[in-house]
Amino acid sequence: MQLQDMYQEIILDHYRNPHHKGLRDPFDAQVYHVNPTCGDEVTLRVSLKDVDGEPVVEDVSFDSLGCSISQASASVMADLVIGKPVGEAMKIGDAFLELMQSKGRLEPDEDVLEDAVAFAGVSKYPARVKCALLGWMAWKDATAKALSSPGGRPPVPPDARPMGEPDDIGRASRVETTEE
Amino acid sequence: MTDTSPLDVEAIRKDFPILSRTVRNDKPLVYLDSGATSQKPVAVLDAEREFYERHNGAAHRGAHLLSEEGTGLYEGARAKVATFLGAGESEVVFTKSATEAVNLVAYTLTSSIKPGDEILITEIEHHANLVPWQQLAQRTGATLKWFKVLPDGRLDVDPSLISERTKIVALTGQSNVTGVIPPVAEVAALAHAAGALVLADGAQLVPHHPVDVKALDVDFLAFSAHKMLGPLGLGVLYGKYDKLEALPPFQAGGDMIEIVRMEGSTFQLPPARFEPGVPPAPQAAALAVAIDYLTRLGMDNVAAHEQLLTAHALEALREVGGVRVLGPDTTENRGGAVAFEVEGVHPHDVGQVLDDLGIAVRTGHHCAWPLHRAFGVQASARATFYVYNTLDEVDALADGIRYAKKFFRA
Repeated sequence: MQLQDMYQEIILDHYRNPHHKGLRDPFDAQVYHVNPTCGDEVTLRVSLKDVDGEPVVEDVSFDSLGCSISQASASVMADLVIGKPVGEAMKIGDAFLELMQSKGRLEPDEDVLEDAVAFAGVSKYPARVKCALLGWMAWKDATAKALSSPGGRPPVPPDARPMGEPDDIGRASRVETTEE
Repeated sequence: MTDTSPLDVEAIRKDFPILSRTVRNDKPLVYLDSGATSQKPVAVLDAEREFYERHNGAAHRGAHLLSEEGTGLYEGARAKVATFLGAGESEVVFTKSATEAVNLVAYTLTSSIKPGDEILITEIEHHANLVPWQQLAQRTGATLKWFKVLPDGRLDVDPSLISERTKIVALTGQSNVTGVIPPVAEVAALAHAAGALVLADGAQLVPHHPVDVKALDVDFLAFSAHKMLGPLGLGVLYGKYDKLEALPPFQAGGDMIEIVRMEGSTFQLPPARFEPGVPPAPQAAALAVAIDYLTRLGMDNVAAHEQLLTAHALEALREVGGVRVLGPDTTENRGGAVAFEVEGVHPHDVGQVLDDLGIAVRTGHHCAWPLHRAFGVQASARATFYVYNTLDEVDALADGIRYAKKFFRA
C-alpha cells in the first residue's frame, strides 16, 4: 500500500504532537516562508550560540499552518539541528535535500538523518517534496540571517508577524527547490 | 429537479480514452478535476492530429493549398465560437489562454485610465482575473475596489461601489472554488449605467452553461479551450466590436499590421489586430470539434447533469460528517465546483489519500487565495464535475473522505 509508504507512523506521530512548535524567546533571526502553490506557511526562529569560536544551534522554534508532511518535517528538523554546530546541521540539511530530490531512488543514511529517513517515501511524490522542505528552507534562511546579523539581535520585534498575516507580503520568501 | 441525468454518461465515457486507464495500483481513474482542465474526447484529439496530417500550413500566409485549408479551418473555428456565444465573428479573438485574454484587456486599457479612476473587481476572483487588475491599478494610479464575499460564498453586489469614477468592472461568471454564479447581467447593467466597461471571466462558465453574450451584455468575456473538452494553449477573448476597436494593439508582430514603414506602422482591425504571429489553427480546429460535441449534448443538458452531480455531492458530503463545504449548500445559481475542508485532516492530505484511491481532486487555494482568506481557511480540497462524471464517482469521493478521516484518526 503506497499511503503507508508516505505516511510512516513516525511522521504521523510528529504531526499529531509536533516538537518545538510555538515561538520562543530569545532568538537571533525570524523568517516567514510560504509555499505559494498551497498556502502552507511557517514562521521560524533561530537562536545561535558561540562555542569555542564555532556557531552552534542553540534553539529552533516555529509556528506553522500546513499539511501533515510539512508539520512533521519541521518538527523532525528542529529535533535534528538543535544542539549541533551550524556546519554539521547544514550538512544534515543537504543530505535531506538530496533525499527529497531522489524520486525514491536513494537509500537514506539513518546515521545522518535519524528520524528524517521516514520522509524517503515522500520523495516519490513530486508535489509533496516542497511540503517536506518548507521547514528546512526556513531554518537555513533564518540561520543565514542570524549569522550575518552583526553581534546580537536582528531588528525584528518578536510579534512583528503573527501567523497567517504577514505584515508585508513582499517579505514572504518562496520555497525553492532545485528540480532535476 | 429530476434525479436522472439528461445525458447518456455511459456512452459519453466511451468517447474519452483516458477514462479507461487505471492509476495507482490499478485503480480506475475517478477524474474530479475538470475545473482545472477537462479531458478530451477522441474526436477532438483526432481533429488536431488531422490538421497536422492533412492541412498543415501557416494560416493567413502562403499562396498554397495547405495554407488555404489551414486558414479555412482557423476561421471556421472562429465562426463556430461566435455562434456558440451569440456573437459576431469579428468579435472573437483567439489568445493563448483565458489568462492572456484578461491580460490583453488589462494592458491595452492602460493609456485610458488615470489616477483617481477606479477599477472594480470581486473578492471571489481567480488570480487570473485579480492580479492583472491590481497591476493595472499600479501602472495607472487608479484605485482598486472590490465587491466582498458573503458568508455563504455569494457576492455582495454593493451598487455604491460603482460610480462615474469606475472605468471597468471585472468579475467571474462562476467561481472556480464555490461554484457561485454571480448576477453578471445585473452588475453589467449597473456598470453600463455609470459608463464603465464590464469583463467577465468565463473560464468556469462557458464550458458548463449555455452562454449568450447579448443577454449577459458584458463588453468582454474571457475563457479557455482546455476547460471545455478542447486543447491546451488556446483561449478566447470575446469583445463587443466597438469596444475591441477602441483598444490599441497588445502584442505586436506579423499579421496584425496594416502598413509597416521604418518610421512606424498602422494596424489591422479586430480581431486580427490582437493576433500577431502564426495562429494556433490546429488547436482552433480542435476547439471547433469540442464545441460541436457540447452542442450535440446540449448546453442545457450539460448544466442539468452537473446540477444533479452537485446536489448529490452536497448531500453525500453532509452525510460524511465533519466536512465543511465552502460556498452555498444548495444548487441555486451554483455550478459544479465543490470545495471543502475535512475537520482534522489537511486538504493536501485529503488529496493524497484520494489520489491513492484513484480519485483526482485539486488541493490548495485553487488560485483564489483572497477568497480562502475570507472564508478563514488556508486551503481546501475541490471536486469539479463535467459531462463524463457519474453519481457513483461522487459516492466514491464521499467514501474516500471517510477513509481519509479514518486514516488520520480525525
